Amino acid sequence: MTRYFTSDHEWIDVDGDVATVGITDYAQGQLGDVVFVDLPEPGRVVAKGKEAAVVESVKAASDVYAPVSGTVTENNAALTEDPALVNTAPEGEGWFFKLTLSDTGELAGLMDEAGYKALVETL
Amino acid sequence: MADSPADTDVLAPLALDALHRRLGARMVSFAGHAMPIQYEGIIAEHLWTRGHAGLFDVSHMGQLLLPLAADAALEAVLPGDIKGLGEGVLRYSLLMNETGGIIDDLMVTRRARDLYLVVNGATKAGDIAHLRAHGLDPQWRDDWALLALQGPEAVDVLDRLVPGVAALRFMRGGAFAWEGQDLWISRSGYTGEDGFEISVPVAAAEAFAEALLAAPEVRPIGLGARDSLRLEAGLPLYGHDLGRHTTPVMAGLAFAISKRRKVEGGFPGAEIVLRELLDGPRQKRVGLSIDGRLPAREGAMVFAGDTQVGMVTSGGFAPSVQAPIAMAYVDAAVAGDGTALSVDVRGRRLAATVVPMPFKPKHYVRKGAQP
Repeated sequence: MTRYFTSDHEWIDVDGDVATVGITDYAQGQLGDVVFVDLPEPGRVVAKGKEAAVVESVKAASDVYAPVSGTVTENNAALTEDPALVNTAPEGEGWFFKLTLSDTGELAGLMDEAGYKALVETL
Repeated sequence: MADSPADTDVLAPLALDALHRRLGARMVSFAGHAMPIQYEGIIAEHLWTRGHAGLFDVSHMGQLLLPLAADAALEAVLPGDIKGLGEGVLRYSLLMNETGGIIDDLMVTRRARDLYLVVNGATKAGDIAHLRAHGLDPQWRDDWALLALQGPEAVDVLDRLVPGVAALRFMRGGAFAWEGQDLWISRSGYTGEDGFEISVPVAAAEAFAEALLAAPEVRPIGLGARDSLRLEAGLPLYGHDLGRHTTPVMAGLAFAISKRRKVEGGFPGAEIVLRELLDGPRQKRVGLSIDGRLPAREGAMVFAGDTQVGMVTSGGFAPSVQAPIAMAYVDAAVAGDGTALSVDVRGRRLAATVVPMPFKPKHYVRKGAQP
């Protein structure tokens, strides 16, 4: 399994053509206390760079974009019960949704962990 | 994730800028200044203020002085009784336009030697221009910082540092001193809790803030929690819940029109507003309790059945209520407490109920109350 990152602060774990998507620790720190996550339903087709979910902090609603194109297969029901998982475990239990990739070629444009770390250091 | 707020390097730093950064605040652009939006997190800061004492830097607000003799001229731009205001008494008032709309909301205090006005940060330049256009010459005291210490333990903390403040009652202020520095302190605030607002010379502001923060009851609180606290307290925010197209009657702020001024008029928009007091407004500011966990934000449309009846002007997740709440303007016919409405959030209709405000009971220490 390989983990990639986007410049919009999403992470994506890829195993073959199946991927899990969430937001990074940096992203959750910027958002502050998460109180609700609007997740895509299984079956929804999402396009790379387009809105896939909405994360609501106390202060504001922020869009979460799909790092790659594909079809949603599952969303994280645990976030409905406990949205704060996004704050406490953003890169683990606080994952958002899983999808089947429609074009694995899109992964080529994403960053690896070192690349993302370097990006965050410039912010 | 969408981009975070723009960088704040270009903005004028305020008195406590270095302190905020040292305390680990996230700074954002607000009212032309870099201001702390949060330190440890909005929910924790919100709950700390309700339970203990929170220190807020509100130095972006405008502190203005007018001579005492300007009281009559000031009455020409707002509906409050300023001539009859007692020394050391605060009055909440509204700068109004000719159509009965609100240019800003503010506090006016009669002090021994002047009238002391506190206006909103984002509107202060416009307010000064407006007052000048009406023959007033306010002196803007940007050499003073403004702090707020709010919460049930605020009185104990502040009275240890500045003995005597505990004797103040809600909406009363007085002159005090701390280590040779003059302070003006009022028992007032924007959280619904007991607390104080403290005007302190910029040169002493950081030392005074550090002295407050040294108390175990006190933590620094950012503007994020200030907004969630005031929302729960049912207090409107200018530029969101109040504006040039909302009248005091629509906004539920008719109490700001003093009794004598209701009889005499003589403030901008008086004819419109006094008629509205009799006939009732077309729309009213109401509180909405929203089902579920999804917050409805400013701009969300409010419906009665399929008919749009209004719009949310402030909304969010209320940490002390543990649910989404909102303020909205809705048609008077559907503004009664208990009315079932719905709010549109991204195409989803959330069930909402009109409820009385505040959403959390206020804890003010009023005149006549036992200390």
